[in-house]
Amino acid sequence: MSQVASTTEAIPQRSRRRDLHLADRIFYRVVKGTAWGMMVLLLSMIVVIMTMAWPALKEFGLRFFVTNDWDTLGDSFGALALIYGTVMSSIVALVISVPVSVGVALFLNELAPRWLSKPVGFLVEMLAAIPSIVYGLWGLYVLAPFLRSEVQPFLSEAFGFLPLFEGPPLGVGMLCAGVVLAIMITPTIASVCREVFAAIPVAVREAALGLGATRWEMLRISVLRTSVSGVVGAVILGLGRAFGETMAVTMVIGNIEQIKLSLYEPAQTMASILANQYAEADSDLHLSALTAIGFCLFVVSLVVNGSARFVVSKFEKRERGEV
Amino acid sequence: MKTISFVPFAVYTFVLLISTQAVGAQLISGAGASFPYPLYSKWFSEYRHVDKSVKINYQSIGSGGGIRQFLKGTTDFGASDAPMKDKELAKSKQPILHIPTTMGAVAVTYNIPGVKTSLKLTPDVLAQIFMGKIKTWNDPAIANLNPQVKLPEKQYIVVARRSDGSGTTYIFTDYLSKISSAWEEKIGTGKSVKWPTGLGAKGNEGVTGLVKNNPGAIGYVELTYALSNQLPVVALKNKAGKFVVPSVSSVSAAADGQLKELPSDFRASITNASGQNAYPVAAFTYLLVHQHMPKEKGQKLVQFLKWAMADGQKMAPALMYAPLPKSLIPKVMKKVEGISFK
Repeated sequence: MSQVASTTEAIPQRSRRRDLHLADRIFYRVVKGTAWGMMVLLLSMIVVIMTMAWPALKEFGLRFFVTNDWDTLGDSFGALALIYGTVMSSIVALVISVPVSVGVALFLNELAPRWLSKPVGFLVEMLAAIPSIVYGLWGLYVLAPFLRSEVQPFLSEAFGFLPLFEGPPLGVGMLCAGVVLAIMITPTIASVCREVFAAIPVAVREAALGLGATRWEMLRISVLRTSVSGVVGAVILGLGRAFGETMAVTMVIGNIEQIKLSLYEPAQTMASILANQYAEADSDLHLSALTAIGFCLFVVSLVVNGSARFVVSKFEKRERGEV
Repeated sequence: MKTISFVPFAVYTFVLLISTQAVGAQLISGAGASFPYPLYSKWFSEYRHVDKSVKINYQSIGSGGGIRQFLKGTTDFGASDAPMKDKELAKSKQPILHIPTTMGAVAVTYNIPGVKTSLKLTPDVLAQIFMGKIKTWNDPAIANLNPQVKLPEKQYIVVARRSDGSGTTYIFTDYLSKISSAWEEKIGTGKSVKWPTGLGAKGNEGVTGLVKNNPGAIGYVELTYALSNQLPVVALKNKAGKFVVPSVSSVSAAADGQLKELPSDFRASITNASGQNAYPVAAFTYLLVHQHMPKEKGQKLVQFLKWAMADGQKMAPALMYAPLPKSLIPKVMKKVEGISFK
């Protein structure tokens, strides 16, 4: 019966496997194997990281996440400053990057002529292809001196009363890391935003314009307002990248485990301390503490990426429902 | 999620398998310190011409990782910049030998606007700078040592140091602990320590970048790095009271000066060495081998070590490594010959 069905119409889901030739069956197994292999890989990574991190988590317990003491010689570890560094540098990056990315996406999608939007869009996406060590070296040799001699003196003069811009300008530090991260996550956020904006039907725009809205009002009412959750998803994806970025941040953040409000101060992130200390960690507890940080980063990345998917899929469903 | 296409992957694995099995040759694998890697890599490739029946595979994963892999038994030999601690040695079921292969040193480099001549510093002043006690370049402590140098006024000192765990940091902090009791008490010796001040940068290139881009900066880098990049270096006052700039010969002199006090297992620090021309911030780097080894691999490794002590040493200066002093080589040879096979 199934044979008849398969020749006349699309193959029904259930009969697919029975009809397979030997070659197809082998292919099926191999492909299935690779898919399961990825699952096994992920799970075994979690298991290994957990077992390695266990001694530190057992030794310090919850203290590990709420105290700030990273003493490699005294074998005493607390990750608060690292968590702060990761969160703060990502926030700085988002504050700079989100307006720019949304602006870029709006301009390229809605305002720019086609001959301009294509190449510029391509160039923005090319930013994502630059290796992070290149960003790091650029940050250290070009951006940091520029920040030190041009930007930071200006910020100190204009906003010096804020605790954010206190202290001597050093170039490298939280601000520098934030700016480098901002550039790195902009292509991610901008390209997702472009897709989100493109998904909005032309009719919605035409309706706004037909009611007498100006260009700006049309963008605000029918594009920006309807795509908030999509943009949030884009931002979360960018945030995920900022959290995990290692090499570029390590090169420019100054690498000190401290919690200082000033953006001029050096700091350390979870990813950067792994890059810094993992290879030469001597004591078992030190190694275990670093692995615990890795685990923490792993969990945070999973949560961030998962929530981004959730938000975006919700957005897509709503879009489908509306059209 | 991206999946790798199976065929190239299989080909890749196959090539990997073949290349590591190097037909017929005895494969000896090691891992560890990255500092001597350029020299080791030269040695291992040259040694292929000396003895075709052996292939030595070395991965520069860092001293800490090298010791760990060696203790686990995944590698045939390890390599480390700092000698293994007693606690680490106790973890091994069989005795481990330290074979010094070459020497490293740490140069102090700086960026003071308008200063071109070599800056002189005493150990005490150096320690105070890196502890953040001396904050400006025209501090009398620095000015008195350098009457001929015009130091800028109101120029803050920016300390640059390594942020990654590093043998370079170990040598440097070992030296500072020896010459300053305050340093020893508060900070101590290690591959990464709790720095009281300064900016951290990853790798020698990171420290160099910070120093070059920050007027008023001072930092420490590997000697090889300072020499090949022609960085300005500090002349440090050694134990004999002489100001010495780091160079291949002044580092060899440090080991020479310390020779009498060297323990029989070579696990010794040669920072702050005595000797007229000794540069005070220097150290051995070691290969770690077992005292008893399986016969086939062991014999090949011993032959290589003997070669490294003779012909190998001649390759060191060209790569900016300080060769072991001639007086030390017979002692190391004797240790190598003491390796037994089972």
